Amino acid sequence: MTGGSTTGDDGATAPSAGPQETRAAWPLWEVFVRSSRGLSHVHAGSLHAPDAEMAVRNARDLYTRRNEGVSLWVVPASSIITSDPDAKDRFFESPQGKDYRHATYYTKSEGVKHL
Amino acid sequence: MSEVGTMTATAMNAGTRTDHDVAGERLFNDLIAQDSRIEPRDWMPADYRRSLTRQISQHAHSEIIGMQPEANWITRAPSLKRKAVLMAKVQDEAGHGLYLYSAAETLGTSRDRMTEDLIAGKARYSSIFNYPVLTWADIGAIGWLVDGAAICNQVPLCRASYGPYGRAMVRICKEESFHQRQGFEILLELANGTPAQRAMAQDAVNRWYAPSLMMFGPPDEDSPNSQKSMEWNIKRFSNDELRSRFVGMMVEQIKVLGLELPDKDVRYDEETGRWHHGPLDWNEFKEVLAGRGPCNAQRMERRREAHEEGAWVREAAAAYAQKQALKHGKAA
Repeated sequence: MTGGSTTGDDGATAPSAGPQETRAAWPLWEVFVRSSRGLSHVHAGSLHAPDAEMAVRNARDLYTRRNEGVSLWVVPASSIITSDPDAKDRFFESPQGKDYRHATYYTKSEGVKHL
Repeated sequence: MSEVGTMTATAMNAGTRTDHDVAGERLFNDLIAQDSRIEPRDWMPADYRRSLTRQISQHAHSEIIGMQPEANWITRAPSLKRKAVLMAKVQDEAGHGLYLYSAAETLGTSRDRMTEDLIAGKARYSSIFNYPVLTWADIGAIGWLVDGAAICNQVPLCRASYGPYGRAMVRICKEESFHQRQGFEILLELANGTPAQRAMAQDAVNRWYAPSLMMFGPPDEDSPNSQKSMEWNIKRFSNDELRSRFVGMMVEQIKVLGLELPDKDVRYDEETGRWHHGPLDWNEFKEVLAGRGPCNAQRMERRREAHEEGAWVREAAAAYAQKQALKHGKAA
């Protein structure tokens, strides 16, 4: 769009990474929505709220205006523990070379019924 | 193992070039080359982070400021149904702003910081929202032309290389089509109404046509950030390419409305496969961007007022949360 635009093509400068806020910022919550019974909760986005109850209400207003879900989870972002991004490859490499963990690895049984 | 909350610390403190950066840069380049996605905790070049922060926060500010010209018409909407529709649309714009602020925050700038930058006049928002909304037909023209241009621009952004931005855009695009259709319907109704209503619809289209074409940004040769943005797979098409695509769509749709585009130079170029349009006043565009548009001062003033006058809501919510925590703490 324009300057001011979604393409950021107007030569404007990025917001400064300036001094920290004087007012205590509300904590960040991650929002998960279950779209219908029987499915898992899926991450929908995040929001700021002063407490859990408000976070659920705000999540309802923000992420379920169009029948997106039947259940909501909100989780304080600070409570989510993640794997180390720098160890990504090492951390997830164990399945490599273990094709025998997949049913498709076993070809001799092809054509055998009900197997 | 580390917390999501600390995700930007490593990236922000990376002042010196270390092995970590070299390996990170290699991975980043590979991911871009594979047209894969970059996620918040991945290493990324400082320019990529800065550029995205600017683009996403500007986009968020545009959604928030964009609530004003439309909210002004809620009380004057011609029927209860139109009022309800317009309220839903304004509520959507607020939601879009919030999705985008969240996406921008994952790059390490807090939402409060971005809000401060907007209120201090340091951050930009779309020039289109600095034009006055004179009649009810303008609400139709905004939905059809402005939201139409936004969709044209935003659909390719669903594939932007930065994961949180792309995901926010998917959600936004789904909601935008409602906006465009309600605008089209308003114009169609007016175009088939009394001669005065019809004239009002044509007048609104006349005034919003050029500013909406300018929403795509300056011509490619004057667009300093485009090149880099396309190399990084943030943008997928150039400003002029998207603009031409938009003109082509409008040419078809205006026929259904039975109105006219205020541009005698519109034509399809067989050779380039592009739609051409008449000249646009890029000086006007620059003036509006520089804060000298018809409504810039008014929009900024209103935004400041809303922030200040809304302080009690933020304070009350914080006080209530504190009180609840105390109560539950005692009960436990």
